[in-house]
Amino acid sequence: MDNISATIQVVPLNHYILLSAIIFTIGVVGVLIRRNAIIIFMSIELMLNAVNLLLAAFSAYSGDASGQVFVFFIMALAAAEVAIGLAIIVMVYRNTSSIDINILNRLKW
Amino acid sequence: MSLFYFVAFLTILFSLLVIFTKNPVYSVLYLIATFFTFTIHYILLNAQFLAVVNFIVYMGAIMVLFLFVLMLMNLNKETEPVKSNLIKIIGVIAGGTLLVTLIGSIHALQTTAASATPNSEIGLVANLGKVLFSEFLLPFELSSLLLLSAMVGAVLLAKKDKRTQNG
Amino acid sequence: MIDLVWLIPLFPFIGFLICGLGRNILPKAVIGTIASLAVIASFVISLGLFFQFDSATPVIIHLFDWIKVGGIDIPFSFQIDQLSILMLLIITGIGSLIHIYSTGYMSHDAGFGKFFSYLNLFIFFMLLLVLGSNYVIMFIGWEGVGLCSYLLIGFWFTNGAYADAAKKAFIMNRIGDLGFLIGVFVIISTFGSTSFSEIFPKAQSMISGDATLTLITILLFIGATGKSAQLPLFTWLPDAMAGPTPVSALIHAATMVTAGIYMIARSNILFTLSPVTMSIIAVIGLATAIIAAIIAITQTDIKKVLAYSTVSQLGYMFLGLGVGAYTGAFFHVLTHAFFKALLFLGAGSVIHAMSNEQDMRKMGGLKKKLPITFITMLMGTLAISGLPPFSGFFSKDEILAHVYEHNKILWMIGVLGAMLTAFYMFRMMFLTFWGNFRGSENQKSHLHESPISMTIPLIVLAILSVVGGFIGVPEVLGGSHWLAGYLAPVFEGSGTRMSELSLNHSTEYVLMAVSVGGVVIAIIYAYIKYIKNNHVLPVMDSEPRSALAKISYNKFYFDEFYTAIVQKPLDVLSGFFYKIIEKSGIDGLVNGLGKGSIEASNGLRLLQTGNVGFYIFAMVIGVVVILIYSFLKF
Repeated sequence: MDNISATIQVVPLNHYILLSAIIFTIGVVGVLIRRNAIIIFMSIELMLNAVNLLLAAFSAYSGDASGQVFVFFIMALAAAEVAIGLAIIVMVYRNTSSIDINILNRLKW
Repeated sequence: MSLFYFVAFLTILFSLLVIFTKNPVYSVLYLIATFFTFTIHYILLNAQFLAVVNFIVYMGAIMVLFLFVLMLMNLNKETEPVKSNLIKIIGVIAGGTLLVTLIGSIHALQTTAASATPNSEIGLVANLGKVLFSEFLLPFELSSLLLLSAMVGAVLLAKKDKRTQNG
Repeated sequence: MIDLVWLIPLFPFIGFLICGLGRNILPKAVIGTIASLAVIASFVISLGLFFQFDSATPVIIHLFDWIKVGGIDIPFSFQIDQLSILMLLIITGIGSLIHIYSTGYMSHDAGFGKFFSYLNLFIFFMLLLVLGSNYVIMFIGWEGVGLCSYLLIGFWFTNGAYADAAKKAFIMNRIGDLGFLIGVFVIISTFGSTSFSEIFPKAQSMISGDATLTLITILLFIGATGKSAQLPLFTWLPDAMAGPTPVSALIHAATMVTAGIYMIARSNILFTLSPVTMSIIAVIGLATAIIAAIIAITQTDIKKVLAYSTVSQLGYMFLGLGVGAYTGAFFHVLTHAFFKALLFLGAGSVIHAMSNEQDMRKMGGLKKKLPITFITMLMGTLAISGLPPFSGFFSKDEILAHVYEHNKILWMIGVLGAMLTAFYMFRMMFLTFWGNFRGSENQKSHLHESPISMTIPLIVLAILSVVGGFIGVPEVLGGSHWLAGYLAPVFEGSGTRMSELSLNHSTEYVLMAVSVGGVVIAIIYAYIKYIKNNHVLPVMDSEPRSALAKISYNKFYFDEFYTAIVQKPLDVLSGFFYKIIEKSGIDGLVNGLGKGSIEASNGLRLLQTGNVGFYIFAMVIGVVVILIYSFLKF
């Protein structure tokens, strides 16, 4: 454990911020360039996880437990969201036999 | 230190592979790998509870759910819809802009490197549990309600609509 | 009696209100009586003033404080002195005669009440003009008579040409009024006040030829040019004959057109100190007199002949003012009011008898059918020609004597003008009253003398035209020139600067003989041409005339000239403003806003593609923009 806590004193916080930002961006790019609804959903999960990492890092560096509690809640929320989201995707698939998001274009002028 | 960099590199690699792979099943598998690296990050930060929860909930439950739905739809590489190249490039550029903005704003903020006395004990299960059940009791209970509503919603949504089928 | 002076303008104003408001309710007899009585009452009070007034300095009656701002104090007060009393007598006296005449002349007109209310309003404004003790009140009257002139010229406004004539009169008046107004502003800035009693003593101490005074007097003269129909703003007066004949008699013969003369006579000290302006006035007056006389020689409408005659006589008055003969010019105003009003009213009587025919080519031999009209008009014509002992002789001769002293060449042209005057006036008489009747049978059967209401004023004015000259008989003929003595206090300031008439008696006799002789020759020539040789005017306008006759008949092409240099450029400018600035500029802006909104909304609508991927992309862009914005704020 002490070895591990030594990591905290060596790796500056900025590195974690940078890493989190990169993962978040990758998630955003994934949302933008894929047409498969499930892959988009997975990219959203990626974004959530990046934020989780950032919160946990801040929590460790400032000694405040609230960050990790928040991560816990985010995880619970993500689970619920995935359940509902996938249910919706299944419904869409049942009605249109496809999960291409470009099919869903009725909400226009 | 070098451990951190190695794990970080792996995270980025796997997440890139997630979004660029054509086969959706491979994407899911790569995402699982990404979450695994996340778990290691949590351990490095001595957030043991989070590491374990990440492993069990995310990789065990959520990803499996994804795989179920994918298998249900019988998707493979040939039926995957692809966007035009132009849109892909625009997407990458937008993402890159976002990254630059984020990094730039963080640079401008001049955050401190590390605080004075990081407490490495807060990630332990016992300590976290104490904080969770004392300070954050209400959100904890509400999140149980949240999960309940999610369950009900999922079941309702996935049910076949009997009325329209019978006419 | 002098305390009642505020009643003088009040009576016509009340008459205006009653006749105007009750024009559809009251019967014609009542309206005519009320209107005439109002003016007659003012005349009675003016007469009382005349017999009572004997002060050498003007009396100022203060009515109320009007404008008091900064250092300027413009009270609403009246100034009574010899000049204003004489003007009052002329205005109310001739005004009441014309009111009585109009009850007969306009008796068949539907707008009877309106006519009398306008006439009373005109009298009211004219009285304000001559009673005012400062330039601003004079300007109120000045503008008011211009307005009434417009209303009365365009009285039969359903005829487009008449309405145009009214507009022309008003607009030309306005051009002159602009000069007057700027002159008043310069007066305020120079003297700090507009009251006569304050300005004229201050002006006495200024040197002759002062630049500011010259500017002021030139500006005031521009105003007089417009109001009194001098070159170049005279073309409105002949067109103003579109109005009913009593209007022409009152406004364009006796009163309104003399407002300019009155103003200059009132400000005589300012003009005496500006010799440059005086020369300009003399030259313009003479030029107007000659040009108008030349035009009158070939005119065929009886009223137009009289209109050009008015312009010509006004030119003589300005000539008199220009050489410093203030008393002579004012004397001519007096006598001209008598005989010109008489001539116009007589012409109205002729027109009335000829069933509204005004063309002299259709008249002839009327002296048997209209005896009273004939005799009275003959008196008026003899007076205007300047034959002794009629009134016109004395006034015109006084002006010509002063002109001779000033400049011999001007005098010669003046005598020529007098000869032309006699010629065209007698031409008018011969064509109308002598010879054979040239009109239609229908008109011949309707020929009749006018009713009493119209002939009484004619007789009164004829008597005045004959004996009116005796108030100003010069010493050379044995008289004492009562008028000059009466008006001496008014022209005192100028009198000390202008040398008195210093011709010896024999020179004066020669001058008189020359002018009278010239006039007699002109009358004989007219007689020979029109009666002996039975020369009749060309009937059709298309018959050829000599070049000189063409220039004269077409009024020296003044109207065409003004159309070309004033009206056409204004039309172009207005068209430019309409097409470019209005349509493309302002309309373009306003319509463009509307069109722009539509275009913008058409463009923005395309954002709603319904494509989820596009919406997500838009969200990302939005987040990036917000981040950049908050980044920049730090």
